[in-house]
Amino acid sequence: MTELINEIITRLANAAPIIRLLVVIAIIIVSSVIVLAVALLYEGLATYAERKVAGDIQARIGPNRVGPYGLLQFVADGVKLLLKEDIIPFYADKWLFIIAPYIVFTASFAAFVPLSYSEHIYIANLNVGVLYILAISSVVSMAILMGAWGSNNKWSLFGGMRAVAQIVSYEIPTVLSLLAAIIIPASLNMRDIIAYQSGGLGIFRWLIFNNPFTFFAFFIYFIASIAEVNRTPFDIPEAESEIVAGYHTEYTGMRFAFFFMAEYGDMFVVSALATTLFLGGWQIPFIGNIVMPVWLKDILEVAVFFGKVFLLIYIMMWIRWTLPRLRVDQLMELCWKYLTPFAFFNLIGASVWVLLLHGKGVYDIITGLFVH
Amino acid sequence: MEPKGIYDILSKTFSSKIKQFLENTFPPTIIVESSAIVDVCKFLKNEEGLNFTSLMCLSGVDLKDQGKMAVVYHLFSITHRHKIALKVEIDRNEPHVPTVEGVWATANWYEREAYDLFGIIFDGHSDLRRILMPDDWEGYPMRKDYVYPKKYHTWDV
Amino acid sequence: MVNVDERFMEVSMGPQHPSTHGVLRLLVRTDGEVLTAARPYIGYLHRALEKIAERVTYPQFTPFTDRLDYLASMNCNLAYAMTVEKLLNIEIPRRAQIIRVIMAELNRISSHLIAFGSFSSDMGAFTPFLFGIREREFINDLFEMTCGSRLTYNYIRIGGVSKDLPEGFIDKAKEFLDYFPGKLKEYNELLSYNAIFIKRLANIAVITPEDALDYGVTGPNLRASGIKWDLRREEPYLIYNELDFDIPIGRGEMGTIGDAWDRYMMRIYEMEQSTKIVKQCLDMLAPGDYTAKVPKVLKPPAGEVYVRAENPRGELGFYLISDGSTKPYRLKIRAPSFANLSILPKLAKGVMIADLIAIIGSLDIILPEIDR
Repeated sequence: MTELINEIITRLANAAPIIRLLVVIAIIIVSSVIVLAVALLYEGLATYAERKVAGDIQARIGPNRVGPYGLLQFVADGVKLLLKEDIIPFYADKWLFIIAPYIVFTASFAAFVPLSYSEHIYIANLNVGVLYILAISSVVSMAILMGAWGSNNKWSLFGGMRAVAQIVSYEIPTVLSLLAAIIIPASLNMRDIIAYQSGGLGIFRWLIFNNPFTFFAFFIYFIASIAEVNRTPFDIPEAESEIVAGYHTEYTGMRFAFFFMAEYGDMFVVSALATTLFLGGWQIPFIGNIVMPVWLKDILEVAVFFGKVFLLIYIMMWIRWTLPRLRVDQLMELCWKYLTPFAFFNLIGASVWVLLLHGKGVYDIITGLFVH
Repeated sequence: MEPKGIYDILSKTFSSKIKQFLENTFPPTIIVESSAIVDVCKFLKNEEGLNFTSLMCLSGVDLKDQGKMAVVYHLFSITHRHKIALKVEIDRNEPHVPTVEGVWATANWYEREAYDLFGIIFDGHSDLRRILMPDDWEGYPMRKDYVYPKKYHTWDV
Repeated sequence: MVNVDERFMEVSMGPQHPSTHGVLRLLVRTDGEVLTAARPYIGYLHRALEKIAERVTYPQFTPFTDRLDYLASMNCNLAYAMTVEKLLNIEIPRRAQIIRVIMAELNRISSHLIAFGSFSSDMGAFTPFLFGIREREFINDLFEMTCGSRLTYNYIRIGGVSKDLPEGFIDKAKEFLDYFPGKLKEYNELLSYNAIFIKRLANIAVITPEDALDYGVTGPNLRASGIKWDLRREEPYLIYNELDFDIPIGRGEMGTIGDAWDRYMMRIYEMEQSTKIVKQCLDMLAPGDYTAKVPKVLKPPAGEVYVRAENPRGELGFYLISDGSTKPYRLKIRAPSFANLSILPKLAKGVMIADLIAIIGSLDIILPEIDR
C-alpha cells in the first residue's frame, strides 16, 4: 500500500516541473489538513477534559448532557462561538486586532510539525526540531501583544504587557533546562533524541533517569513551561478576576476561541517536548523485544506517546484548579532569582557529568558494572 | 460613665454651647450648638475618662415641622464602653455644620451622605460631593418636601 | 483636547468587574503596575431604602432589611427587629431568642463561606469557592425547611420569629455541625496555609488598630487588627451571655497583625466558633412560644433609639426616630461595609493591582448594604 503511493508520487514528481510543484503543494496541504484536524480534535477534547477534571476536583460532575457523558460539549461550544456576534471595538486597530488570534493559533499549531509520534509516524524530520519549536512558540508572545494593543483597552494592554514579560522571561529557564538534557544525545533532532533513549527495558534509558541533573531539569522545565503557556499559577495575563480577561477581553466568538484553542495547543506542544526529551517519547516501557507486526507497534507507540503527553497535561490541569495565582512581581522573582540560577547551575553540573562520564547515564554505569 | 455624668462634664467645659439633655432616647442625647460641635467632639475624643474612640453613625434628620434639620452623632468609647448621642439642630433653609472629619476619619463618608440626601453643607469638608446619587442629580431626596422628578436627562423617571 | 498626564494611567475598575463584589467602581491611577490612588465610587445600587422606610409600616419594612446584606439576611432582620423591639419595650420568649441565635449563627457561617470562596477565586484558586457552596447547600436546606426561602428569609420578625422550627430540623442541623469542622480543616490544608496564598497576602494592607477605630472599621476586620471587640460578648443581646465561645483576634501569624491574611483567617476562626454556638443552642432548645404577642397595627411610642448587632461583616446599626405613628419618621441604616470601604483609599496607595483585589476581598464588602 505504501509502495503504491510512493510509486504514484515519484512518477508524478518526475513528470514535469510544474506537476512536481503541484504534487509538493498537494502533499503540504494534505498533511496540514490532517495535522490541523488532529490538533483541533485534541483541542476540543482538551476543553472537555479540563471541565471534567475541574468538576472532579471541585466535587461536581462537569458536562454530562451533550452527547454520551457530555463528550460532544466541545462541538456545542464551537457552534455557539461561531454564531456569536463579531464585535470589533470602534477605536481598535483593526488589522492588528484581526490578525493576532490567527498568528497565535498558527504559531501554536506549527509547533506540532517536528514532533514524532511513533517510529514511523512523523510529519517532518527537522534536524533542528527542538530549536524550531522553541522559536515558533515565541511568536505567541508577540501576537499576544498585538492583540492586546489592537484592542484599544487599558485592561488588555495590562494583560499583554504582563504576558510578554512573563513569556520572554520564562524562556530562559526553559532553554537552560532543555539544554541539560540535549547535551547527552547531542542532537536537536527529535527522532535522534528518542532513538537515544531506546533500550534499557524501555524505561531506564529515559533522559530523566540519566543523571540527577536531568532529573531536576525536568521539573524546572515543567514549571517554566506552565508559565510559558500562561496557566495558573502563572496565569496573570489572563487573570480573570483582576483584569477582566486580560489580553482577550475584547475578543468575541471565534476569535476568542482561537486564543483559547491555542493555549491548549501550546500545552500539548510543551508536554510533547518534555515527553520527547525527558520521558522517552514513544518508547514503550517493559515491552522489550516482543515480536509484533510493525503496524501494531506503531499504534502502541502512538498510544504511549499520547498517554505520556496527556498525563503531563492532566498534571497541568490539576495544578490549575488547586493553586492560587502568583502576583506579577513574585512571578518575575521566581523566574529570575530562583529558576534561572538553578537551571544554570544545573546545566553546568550536567555538562561536567557528561564530560567526565562521556555521556553515560546512571543506568549505563550500573549495567556497565555487571558486564565487566 | 453615666450619660448624665458626661453631660455634666460637658456643661462645665462648654457652658452655653450645650443646650439640652434628653434622657429618654437610647442612648441619651445631648443637644449641642452647631458652632461648637468640633470642639465638643475633640474634647470627647481626647479627654481622659471619656475617650470616645469611635463615631458609630452620623445621620441627617429633616425636622420639617419645626423648620429645622438635625445632624445626629452616635459616639462610642471602646475603652470605657459608654455611648452617647449628640444632636446639632440647624436652620432648614441654610443648613451649615462644621465638619468633624478631623476628629474621626469615618465622618468623611457619612457627611457626604448627609449632604447628598439632605443638602446639609459641612463647612471645611475636604471633598463634599454626592456619594449615593448620580453626580448631576438635582434636589435632596431624603427631605420631607422632596418632589420626585419626572425626568432624569432624557429618561422618564 | 483632554489634558493627559502621561506618567500615570487612569483606569476604571468596574462597575462591571468580576471581583469587586458588586457594582463598585474604582477609579485607579497607576504607574505601571503600582497604584498611586484608588477612589471608590458607589451608589450604583442605591434603592432609597431609607426613604421607603418612611412610607411603609414597621412590619412591612422587614423584607427590605433582607436585601440590605442578602448573604446575611437573618442578621439584618435581627438587628431591625431588635431596634423596633427596643422602642416597643417587649420581652421576647426564650425559645424565640434561641431560635434567633441559631439562625443568626448559621447565617454567619454561610456568609463567611461565601466570603472565603469569593476571596479565594479572586486569588486564582477556583476550587475552594465550590467547596464553600457545597457546604452552604446544607445550610440553605435547613433554612428552606424552616422558612421556605434560600436567600432572603424574612424570618426574624418584630416580636420573635415567623414560624416555629419544623420537625427534623435539630437532627439535620446536628448532622451538618458534625460534618462541618472536617471541612474547615480541609480548607486550611487546601488554601489557608498554602505558600503562594500566604505570599500574596502576608503584610499586605495592614490596618493599624488606631486607623481601624478612626475609620469605623468593625467586625472581623477590626478583630484582625488585634482589638478584641465583639458585640456578642461586650453588649450581649439575645442569649449570647449564656453561651461559651471565643473571640479570635489577629495575631500576625504570617506577617504583621492586621494584614490581609489575618482578616481572611478571622473568618475561618469565626466559622469554628459559630458551629460551637449553634451546637450549644440546639441543646438548649425547650418548648415554648416562638413569638411574643405583638399588636396587629404596630404603633411604637415616640422616641429615638440606636441599636446595633454583630453582622458577619461588622456592626449593623439602625437609628430609628418614631413619631408615634405606624410608619417610621426616620430610619438610618448604619451599614458595616460603608465604613469598611472608606478605608480603601488609604490602604491602596503603593500596592499593585493584584493586591488591590486582595484588599477588597479581605475587607469583605457587599454593595447592597453600602448603597442601600
